[in-house]
Formats: sequence, C-alpha cells, structure tokens
Amino acid sequence: MDKKEFSEGEWLYEIGPKNNVFELNFKEIWHYRDLLMLFVKRDIVTVYKQTILGPLWYFIQPLFTAITFTIIFNNVAGIQTGKVPSFLFNLAGIVVWNYFTACLNETSDTFKKNAAIFGKVYFPRVILPMSIVITNLVKLGIQLIIFIVFYVYFLTQGMESHVNWLFIFYPLLIVVMGLLGLGFGMLISSMVTKYRDLTFLVSFGVQLLMYVSAVMYPMDLVKEKLPQFGWLIEYNPLAYVVETSRYLLLGEGTFSIWGTVYTILVSIIIFLFGLIIFNRTEKSFIDTV
Amino acid sequence: MEENNTILKVENISKQYRLGTIGTGTISHDLNRWWHKIRGKEDPYLKVGETNDRALKGESDYVWALKDIDFEVKRGEVLGIIGKNGAGKSTLLKILSKVTAPTTGKIKSRGRIASLLEVGTGFNPELTGRENIYLNGAILGMTKQEITNKLDEIIEFSGCQRYIDTPTKRYSSGMTVRLAFAVAAFLEPEILVVDEVLAVGDAEFQKKAIGKMQDISKSEGRTVLFVSHNMAAVKSLCTKGVVLENGKVVFKGDSDESVDFYLNINTNSEQRVYDNVKIKKNGIKKVEFLNSNIPIKHSEKIRIKIDFHEQIANFSIGLALLDANKNKIFTNVFFVENTKETITCEIPDELLLKGFYSFDVATFNTSQVFEYLHDVCNFEIEDLDNDYRFQNRNIGNIKVNCEWY
Repeated sequence: MDKKEFSEGEWLYEIGPKNNVFELNFKEIWHYRDLLMLFVKRDIVTVYKQTILGPLWYFIQPLFTAITFTIIFNNVAGIQTGKVPSFLFNLAGIVVWNYFTACLNETSDTFKKNAAIFGKVYFPRVILPMSIVITNLVKLGIQLIIFIVFYVYFLTQGMESHVNWLFIFYPLLIVVMGLLGLGFGMLISSMVTKYRDLTFLVSFGVQLLMYVSAVMYPMDLVKEKLPQFGWLIEYNPLAYVVETSRYLLLGEGTFSIWGTVYTILVSIIIFLFGLIIFNRTEKSFIDTV
Repeated sequence: MEENNTILKVENISKQYRLGTIGTGTISHDLNRWWHKIRGKEDPYLKVGETNDRALKGESDYVWALKDIDFEVKRGEVLGIIGKNGAGKSTLLKILSKVTAPTTGKIKSRGRIASLLEVGTGFNPELTGRENIYLNGAILGMTKQEITNKLDEIIEFSGCQRYIDTPTKRYSSGMTVRLAFAVAAFLEPEILVVDEVLAVGDAEFQKKAIGKMQDISKSEGRTVLFVSHNMAAVKSLCTKGVVLENGKVVFKGDSDESVDFYLNINTNSEQRVYDNVKIKKNGIKKVEFLNSNIPIKHSEKIRIKIDFHEQIANFSIGLALLDANKNKIFTNVFFVENTKETITCEIPDELLLKGFYSFDVATFNTSQVFEYLHDVCNFEIEDLDNDYRFQNRNIGNIKVNCEWY
C-alpha cells in the first residue's frame, strides 16, 4: 500500500452525491438501536394519551369488524366456515390482516410524515419504518389476547379444540407478514416522495387487496366457485399468510409446503427490494418531498 | 502533521435546486435525465443552473444553492458561517449533517458530526421533559446508557428541574429550547453543527450557551460549526469565519475579519453616495466623498461634502462615524450660521485604522430634528502600516498615540 492511499483511508467517512445501491450500514443501525426502542415506546405511549378508553381502542376495532363480517358474509351471504364458529374464523383473519395494513399504511407515509424531523437531523432513516413494525407487534399482541379470550369462551360452549404443535410457527407467520408490510411500505414511501399519485392508490388499494387475500372466506371456496380467478388468490402471498394463520390457530383451511416456501421467498424479495429503494431515496428525498 | 489536524474537508460542494412546483412538468425532465443516465451521459440540467440571487429574475428553473464550496476546518476550531438570508448557510449545514446529499462534490470527515439545527427536533409534546431528553438524545445519536450517565447534568444545565416530569407541551418556548440545547450540549461528537439556537433563549441562557460552546471547543478540543445572524455571538465564539453570498464562498479568514466583511458586503459604489436629487425637494440633497479613491488610505484626510436643496441657515449639522458593527465611534456637530448650500467636513488623517465604516448624518436645531440619515456613505480604510495590527487581530478603530513610561 503506498502512502497516498493510506492518507485517503484515514478519513472516517465521506459524504458524496449518491448512495451505493447495496450499501446498507448495519453497524450504524445497530448504533441507533436505542432510538428504535424509544420510537416504539413513544408511539405506544402517545397514541392514546388524553383518551378515556385508552388501549381499549385496540380491542374495539377488530371486534366490531369481526362482528360486521360475521353478519354480512356468514349470516347474510352464507359463507361456510367449516367446524369453527364464523366469528372466530373472521377474528383470526382480521388480526393478521390488520397487522399487515397497519405496517403498510404507516410505513408508506414515513418520508412525508417525518419530513420535519428528517430535514433537521440525520439518523438511519430505516429506523422509523422498523419502529412502526415493532410498535404494531405490540398492538397485534393485544389483539391476540381478545382472540384467546373468545377462543376459550367458544371452548366452554362446546367447540372442539384444534390446537396442534404447528402453533409454534405462528410467530414466523407474523414475521413474514411484517416483512411484506415493511417491504411494500418502504417501496411506496420512497415512490411518493416526489410524485404523490401512489398515495391515492394505497388508500383504496389496500381495501381491495383484502378481498383477494382470503380474509373473510376460506381459500378453497374461491377456487371452487370462481375457478377462473383462482390464480389471483393462488399467487397472492398475503392470502397464504392469512389462510395458514387460520390453519395454525383453528385447524381450519389448507396448508401447503409449496405455498409456504413461495410466500417466504416472495416476502424476502419484496422486503429486500423495498429496502434498496428506500436506501437510495433517503439521501435526497428532503429536496422533493 | 499539518494534514492530520484537518478534521473536516469540504471539496467543491455544489447543490442544485429546481424552482417552482413539482407536477406533470417535472416528469419530462426526470425522464430526460434518466434517458441521459442510461446512455452514460452527463445530467443535462447540471449545465443550466444559475447563480442563486433571490432578488433577481432568472432565466432557468434550476439554481445553484451552493456552488463550488471549498474549505477546511481544523480540530478545535470554531467556524462561523455567515451570510444573508438565502446565501446557502442552512443548505451547507444540511449537507454537512447528512440530511441531504450534495449534487456534486465531496465532504471528508475525521469525526462524527452531530447537528443542532433548530433545537427541539423530535421533541414530542406529549412526552415529559425527561422522556424527551432520552428521545432527543437518541435522535442525535447517543445511546440510552450515555444519556442516563449525563441525565443529571443535562437537567441541571437546562434549569428546568421543576418541569422535568411535565409534558413539554406545557413548556414555554424558551424552556423547550433550554432543554433541547442542554441535550445537545452534552453530546460528544467530534464536530458539532449549530444553527441559530440562541435566538429564543433569554440573555442569561445565551451567555450560558456561548460559554458551554467555548468550553466544548477550547477545553475539550472539539470542533464547532456555528451559523448565526448574531454578529456579536460569532465574534465572541468563533475563531474562524466563512462568508457566503449567493451560494459561493466570498471570504475566508478570522472571525473578526469575516464579520467586518459580511457587514459591509453591500459596500459598492452606489451606496458610497447618498443621493436625494430627484426624490425630495427639500433638506439634504446629496452626501458624497471628495476623496478620489476608495478605499481611503490611513494617511489621507477624509472629506465629505453635503449639498442642500435650498440655502439654509441657523441650524446644526451632525456627523457620526460608525464602525462595521454600526456602533458610533464619535460624533461631531457644526452650527451653520450663515446661509449655505454646501458644507464640507474634514476628518483628520492618521486617525482611523483598517476597516469598514459609514456615517449617520443629521440636521437639527434646539427644538427638533429635521432629518436623520442612518448608515450612509459606506467606505473602507486601507492601512498599509501593519504595525497596528497585532497578530492580525481586531485592535479597534482609532489610532491613539499614548505615552508610555
């Protein structure tokens, strides 16, 4: 190594015009891990400040959605949910689906919502979407508690128990859902920094997406009734996560190794793609947001 | 050795901004830029940028907020960055603190940079003072452990002990700034970037903050980059200065010299003469120098001529000499007894030292002031005799021959 090269290497870091596409500073993210946890704490503590019902709002929303779904889709439209009560079937789907939409909606807003703070201080921007995914994990946990409460209630009412050892894979499913929400969210938030058109697509797109993600019906039902649209659900990783989560919790629905592997692969690809785009955008988004 | 002392090196930093709104119009530019890029050509819009002068109407949609900024900062230096609104100070600080990336150029650093741009960033009004110390500290790059170690000192320095467990939305704006500055003051980066923090605090706190920043640079040997419009603060705090104008570095040097340069950045030929020939029909018509060359030499008498619209008598005319900070150095009054149309004032030679000066001119009598011209006729004194300048430091404005024994 000649002398000139050595003196160049002495600099701690350089600030240049563009980030390298695959350059992601994990060391830096690790250094800011406390910030990540403080953001999570902030979001959990401040959301329901100055409300009377407080965290109860976490229960109310999925509960009422599940009741509405049960009335409309099962009682009125007559969708069969097999051996398990329709209400429990819907609740299981909604809890997982809510986690995805919360992650997606909140992360897709990252750059716009935090422009004020991003415009003043530097920290790895990816900390914020990560904190959102973790915050929602807490919300998901609370919502799972009501699921367990109703599960126990239906057991006392004579429902058969379906708990099996596959239950331990449930957290893995949540991780997959988180990766999907985070990946899509980062992708969208990077894309809306300059042209905001996508924001409009997200708000109603997510609603439409729910109908092809097997949230309020078993996957097999659509394949059976609408064979020409079956592929829409067949290739939707979200539908697999929802369906599998119900299989793990209620023993209802289908489970396929191929589907699981496909879902995990797609999630990882979307997540990495989102991360790369996000990383590229973070350096100069403040000029266009 | 010399090389190692440089902690921050700014190399040809430029930043281009597009004016106007983002809409369907911009997408064609973006596509064009992308098309050039995939063919491996240079960005076509980098060539069309114009100098950033907000007062002038320009041709191009693209302006250079910063153009070819180049400077170095040594370890332990406090560098003041000064300039008018829109000169590019904040853009420069944003690039330095990695908030946004430069269009071209590079910054090399040997230390961690932490910024204090408009303190209180990331304060959540719902959280208590204590919780906000943690949150803000973490945003600025501290770990939880580091903050816990310094918590008592931070609270003590902020002077907000009583409110520390109250949500910050109940704080006064001054208290918020105190708390936020306290957090930042206990950061331990090698380079601290500070932008206009002192504007909100009271006199006591400003003094405290300046003292703390001096400590940081002097006893702890850390480097501070300071942006302010408070010239007194820049003078007392900084050791070096950089003056920006329209996105370019126009002066580099001592902080005192930089401040003087900045305050007189408008010293051009138009402002050298007070001209009221066309506008008003009474009072002072014109104030101008009779000296042929400006800068005026130290060894030269300064002569200024004051013309009136009409012949007047029985009034006083006063002249005050101002230094670069617009403080009065002396005033002199002349009583006009006989009718006159022109008056000339002569200021002795070998009196004023090197620097920038201007005048206040007033006409009045015992009962009222007729006219008061503030800060007119900017000029510069050139001092070829360097004996009066000790280590290139500001040594005042007036040459006095004292007797020593």
